[in-house]
Amino acid sequence: MSKPTTHESAVGHVTGRAVYVDEQHLPQGLLSLYPVQAPHAHARILAIDATTAAAMPGVVAVLTAADIPGVNNTGPIVHDEPVMPADLVSYHGQAVAWVVAEDEALAMAAATAVRVDYEPLPPILDVHAALATNTFHLPPAKVARGEVGAGLANAPHRLHGELMIGGQDHFYLETQACWAQVDGEGIVQVTSSTQHPSETQHMVAHVLGIASNRVVCRCLRMGGGFGGKETQANPFAAAVALAAWKTGRPARVKLHRALDMQLTGKRHPFYARFEVGFDDAGLIHAARIELVADGGWSVDLSPPVLMRAMVHVDNAYFIPHIEVIGRIAKTNLASNTAFRGFGGPQGMVVGEEIVDRVARFLGLPVDQVRERNFYRESETPDRNQTHYGQPVVDNELPTLWAQLRARSDYDARRRDIDAFNRLHAQKKRGLAITPVKFGISFNKTEYNQAGALVHVYTDGSVQLNHGGTEMGQGLHTKMLAVAARTLGVSAARIRIMPTSTDKVPNTSATAASSGSDLNGHAVKAACETLIARMVPVAAASLGGDAGEVRFEHDRVFLCDRPDTSLAFEDVVRATYNARISLSATGYYRTPGLSWDPKLGRGHPFYYYAFGAAVCEVEVCGLTGVQRLLRADLLHDVGDSIAELIDRGQIEGGFVQGLGWLTSEELRWNAQGRLLTDAPSTYKIPTVGDVPEDFRVDLYRRAKSPSTNVIFHSKGVGEPPFMLAIAAREAIRDAVAAFGDARVVELAAPSTPEAIYNAIVKVRGA
Amino acid sequence: MHTNPNFMLNGRAVDLADAEPTQSLLRWLKSRQQHGTKEGCGDGDCGACTVAMVETDADGRSHYRAVNSCLLPMGALPGREIVTVEGLADGERLHPAQRVMVDGAGSQCGYCTPGFVMSLFVGTHDGDLSDHCIEGNLCRCTGYRPIRDAAKRLAALPIVEDRFGAALQQPRAALTSARVGDFHNPGTLTEALALKQRHPDAIWIAGATDLGVNLSRGQTVAPAFIALDRIAELQGIDIDTDAVRIGAGVSLSRIEHELAGLFPLLDDMLPWFAAKQVKNRATFGGSLGSASPIGDLAPILLALGGSVHLAGPNGVRDLPIDGYFLDYRKTQRHADELIVAVTLPRPRDLVTASYKIAKRQTDDISIVAASYAIRLDRDRRVLDVRLAYGGVAAIPSRAVKTEALLIGEVLGDALVERARASLVAEFAPLSDHRADADYRRALAGNLFAKFVAEKLA
Repeated sequence: MSKPTTHESAVGHVTGRAVYVDEQHLPQGLLSLYPVQAPHAHARILAIDATTAAAMPGVVAVLTAADIPGVNNTGPIVHDEPVMPADLVSYHGQAVAWVVAEDEALAMAAATAVRVDYEPLPPILDVHAALATNTFHLPPAKVARGEVGAGLANAPHRLHGELMIGGQDHFYLETQACWAQVDGEGIVQVTSSTQHPSETQHMVAHVLGIASNRVVCRCLRMGGGFGGKETQANPFAAAVALAAWKTGRPARVKLHRALDMQLTGKRHPFYARFEVGFDDAGLIHAARIELVADGGWSVDLSPPVLMRAMVHVDNAYFIPHIEVIGRIAKTNLASNTAFRGFGGPQGMVVGEEIVDRVARFLGLPVDQVRERNFYRESETPDRNQTHYGQPVVDNELPTLWAQLRARSDYDARRRDIDAFNRLHAQKKRGLAITPVKFGISFNKTEYNQAGALVHVYTDGSVQLNHGGTEMGQGLHTKMLAVAARTLGVSAARIRIMPTSTDKVPNTSATAASSGSDLNGHAVKAACETLIARMVPVAAASLGGDAGEVRFEHDRVFLCDRPDTSLAFEDVVRATYNARISLSATGYYRTPGLSWDPKLGRGHPFYYYAFGAAVCEVEVCGLTGVQRLLRADLLHDVGDSIAELIDRGQIEGGFVQGLGWLTSEELRWNAQGRLLTDAPSTYKIPTVGDVPEDFRVDLYRRAKSPSTNVIFHSKGVGEPPFMLAIAAREAIRDAVAAFGDARVVELAAPSTPEAIYNAIVKVRGA
Repeated sequence: MHTNPNFMLNGRAVDLADAEPTQSLLRWLKSRQQHGTKEGCGDGDCGACTVAMVETDADGRSHYRAVNSCLLPMGALPGREIVTVEGLADGERLHPAQRVMVDGAGSQCGYCTPGFVMSLFVGTHDGDLSDHCIEGNLCRCTGYRPIRDAAKRLAALPIVEDRFGAALQQPRAALTSARVGDFHNPGTLTEALALKQRHPDAIWIAGATDLGVNLSRGQTVAPAFIALDRIAELQGIDIDTDAVRIGAGVSLSRIEHELAGLFPLLDDMLPWFAAKQVKNRATFGGSLGSASPIGDLAPILLALGGSVHLAGPNGVRDLPIDGYFLDYRKTQRHADELIVAVTLPRPRDLVTASYKIAKRQTDDISIVAASYAIRLDRDRRVLDVRLAYGGVAAIPSRAVKTEALLIGEVLGDALVERARASLVAEFAPLSDHRADADYRRALAGNLFAKFVAEKLA
């Protein structure tokens, strides 16, 4: 099949001609918005006086909660998220009003002139404070199997521990952006940098108090999303639409970087406590795990994020008796949200922490303990079912793992590193291999559906619409490949359109690594409908059986007479002349899914993606500075639809995960103000953090899968992010070499400071 | 005598008469629908807004220099030439810097891509397509591997003379005095000092890598500006047998390049000081003028016992760096004085090294920066020692107590351990978003131990 080598917009990217939300040919009279930010993390709003601001030059309106004609809420699950609060400030920097002015500078100037009287209230600023005061969103969640009490009691060894895992800012290069206008027919036209145009549409309608059929939301492309624009584009779209609605003029917002970082939620910080029972071989018998996600001020997507963490603490390991309890801390911070992996990474970091503690307690090599606890489909089929009741279908991991061990020369390097460490007192090297098993599908079953709309015009050109959004991940490139392959035409003939809710309605967020799985099948279905309509026309023209008609390479022919062929556009024209529709929708829902959130059981994932990584680091004992020397990744993408795109997701995901676990540290002051709100203070990786020796391979499976994913590919957006856990474990391995400790506590992220502190502890042990 | 100030954008003259002088070039481009240059942060830290600026050095040769357009005030532009991403392709024919990015899958979301392309474009002209060329460009999608490989492929391409190379060969007149509103660009030192007398509330601005952040964020910085980046007297580097005098307006990139090998302290520090886009604009004078307690250059001056040369209405003053810093962001320089140069004594028989520890090892601000200079006799007795730090106090500081402890003693393990303990106790640093005080204290001591282990073993 055709494997497009580059991103469909690559030429637009390198020339600067690719257009983003805030760069369109913007309408006359466009207004700009700027927020009035609360200087407290928790406070009662006593009064808002905008008279001075409203009289300032260029100010058109100052919007407050009182201006909202519909429902003052953009909460996606629980209705707890006002666009602007009427009476209560819930986090530092929250927008309590939006100034609308002729340009951004005027709006910004006027925002400082809006007088707000507050009565400060005591804030809750982290998970520990929430635990101490029992401040949670929603009741606890539970996923369990077996008899955990008895399992722990009967295990030969037991240990317990705790771990704090830091959050992560998305740091998409394009900050949140949106513009909106009310057109001559009273339709609210919204263009948003959103991963979920349908939800943005619904939220705008909801806030304006109008039906969804009066709002159209479009998304051209995003300058990065990573989950940060799954729900969090909505409040800005709502504010902008409200401004357009109130003033009758088009309005825009594009957040300055610091505003974006202050106002939007991040990857959830997690606190974990665990108790584990195991035997002399390192085989885990039982585990009791408590996860507390820092949800921030509102619920947002925290429940499914927490649930994904709870069903990924096992990572690749079978735990016979297990109980996982999850809670969402309610804190006075920005509302934490989806971020690549969606809780999975936090769950898996906890799982790997447990395995490491077990191995060090016993003095066994960690990689050996990992292997011993693997789910194995063929050797130990009785140990291949997850704690939520789903078998690990098509479990490729043991094979993949063995291949990576060999390719990366793991055993020889282990010996070399041990020798190196004996020779050096102040620098140590570390090596680790870690697995990834990641469930693909939205935990929320109803999200696993998608639609497409394909038009063929009489000149033979094709217009492709689907419900997914392009944020750099190459979804459009893959969808072009699916349509081209199904229609038997070149991708050059197909024009992919901006995602728009008036083309494909009721779409799901482009998220959960499922964008191409879901939309790909929908696109394929639409194209197959069109082919089925054109086949009889072509058969008649070619004088053969319908069953023998083939569409390939922009030609249409009978399979037994390939020399006589018609041009695709001629068949299109003939179909039109025969008065047969050349427009078709396609629809898909993932089969076989079930999930009971109350019981924490079911079959939530269509399949699993697998991968493994080996990382080697060097750590300086005097400063804690670490350097990643080499990384070997092997990842399972099934039969790739576009290999360069998939490699890009693997490499990019890994480096983003590396940032989360090493240099990206969020710090707040004692009042709850985010101190790391700019790239000068919040450090995502640069090219200098990427190892020169960086080997990435796609896993080639030997068996055909039992599922029917689009062209037998696999979702690849999120799983490679968690390959970076190998870097964390390699750092831990290096830290361990500074002493002889049975426990190596390593903070996440492992900044130089955190590593240094861990070394001090290991040396003191 | 007045023609309107203008600048060249992709080969076309643009009138600056109506420009708002404190608006950034990036925001100005956006207002003119030139959307190729992207705003990722507006703080000069992500490189999405990178453009190429032509600069002619004292030897008459012109170069393309990558700069962050978000930190470049329009007031600084008269007479300058800028190339943006829109100017690279010839119609549908891509520039090689663009072609390699397309072929190598170097873009995903595409938002950082124009900035990378411009860094690569400059790299093809100055011959550096290593990681340093793209370190100042953040990408959140690709993980950099394909971009690094694209740079390597670009470096391997044969050099083809094109219109951009030819443009550099054109003779250029030196930039002359110019003014855009209250943004003054004097051409001589005398002119600059006279302007300051006339506009006492005006503020000096050099490469605008620090003040440019405030301007980019829309803050009011000062009612007027006197720019120092086209004064020839500030652009000199004089290499003498005993010392090197560096003009306050010399960019850090030029120092890194032209003084390579002379000062290990600079060689250790400058690669990590900041990214190329910043080093192309930042100056020694600007770094000292801002008097930041975490500036990475002040410790070098302190370790070498350098001096600062000031010029003001009452003439020139030469001040030793010791005692120059008075308090947090306060120095001996009077408001109407200008830093014209610094002098670095050449480290004859000294062993020297600089260290910089940050959360991220490239393009980050120091948690602690240290510069050391030590002279031992044959018996490893300490004859001279200067231990200078940034990030451990309100001003860049020497560890005078520990220096006193070391003088006259034999440098062995026991002494290093005593010095380490003394350094940990010598400063009372702050805890902030970069690190806690305890870590800073530990680094103060451990970096000295590292220095001894690496340079004096």
